[in-house]
Amino acid sequence: MLLFWLLGILLIASAVFVVMQRKPVYSVVGLLLHFAILAVFYLTLNAEFLAVIQIVIYTGAILILFVFVIALLSSGTEAFAAGPNRMPKAGVPAALLALVALGLLIYGVSRGNLFASGAHVAASTSIAGPPGTANVFGSVADFGKALFTTHLLPFEIMALILMVAVVGVVALAGDESPYVPTRKRASAVEREMREAIVRAGEG
Amino acid sequence: MPGTLPVAIENYIALSAVIFFVGVAGVMLRRNPLIMLMSIELMWNAANLLFLAFSKMWLNNAGHVFAFLVITVAAAEAAIGLAIVVTVFRSAKHVDVDEVNLLKG
Repeated sequence: MLLFWLLGILLIASAVFVVMQRKPVYSVVGLLLHFAILAVFYLTLNAEFLAVIQIVIYTGAILILFVFVIALLSSGTEAFAAGPNRMPKAGVPAALLALVALGLLIYGVSRGNLFASGAHVAASTSIAGPPGTANVFGSVADFGKALFTTHLLPFEIMALILMVAVVGVVALAGDESPYVPTRKRASAVEREMREAIVRAGEG
Repeated sequence: MPGTLPVAIENYIALSAVIFFVGVAGVMLRRNPLIMLMSIELMWNAANLLFLAFSKMWLNNAGHVFAFLVITVAAAEAAIGLAIVVTVFRSAKHVDVDEVNLLKG
């Protein structure tokens, strides 16, 4: 209990750090800490595979993507000069409202009966046994079996979603994007202007 | 009571709710789209923590599969969101979500 809330407070503090920072690079560092602590939580919940995935996907891929974009956008420009507070007047009421909603949520949860039925117990048989072996809850083998038998269709749909996302990203931000006046087009315009000046000088 | 959690489930719900609302505050109060995207990641992860806690509570690994799905969708969302940020920046030379109102009716 003590350890849980010690880690929990670290988790909340790193989340607040992410939101409060003025420069997004510091936010990325806070997010890194957040994800690492979250991986510890996943381990205590017997989610071995997801703890590893959390580190590999989130800190290894998504955060690196954030860092790349920050490095790309903030080279020699004042892109992020905007202040931290969008609604200086609305900030305090909004925070109060969020706190009230949070209180209601926790109140409702504490009144509800979450332990009523054991109807959802299924699939994995036991929690005992050596880690990593089949039919032990949370082991990689158990997760893989669930993913590739019971939940195969969602897995395939996930693959489709990822492919659509990749195509969408290339279409949006690729070099030949129709939405962006690209450098190539700008340099072409510049060359035409220069040629026009040269022609005017010759003529 | 199928699985024994390290602490009672209410603690996980409270922790997850707090982190979720920190993320909500980040999306509502910040103007920098990168930090808004990171706040969205915080919200995804709060949901994931709860998925895994309930999964352990009922000893049912459907929650693990769903958390995996959430991570995948979060990755796709981050990639597309960052692509949009880059696109807006390249055409407008500033990144302030309040000034991106091209699609306003």
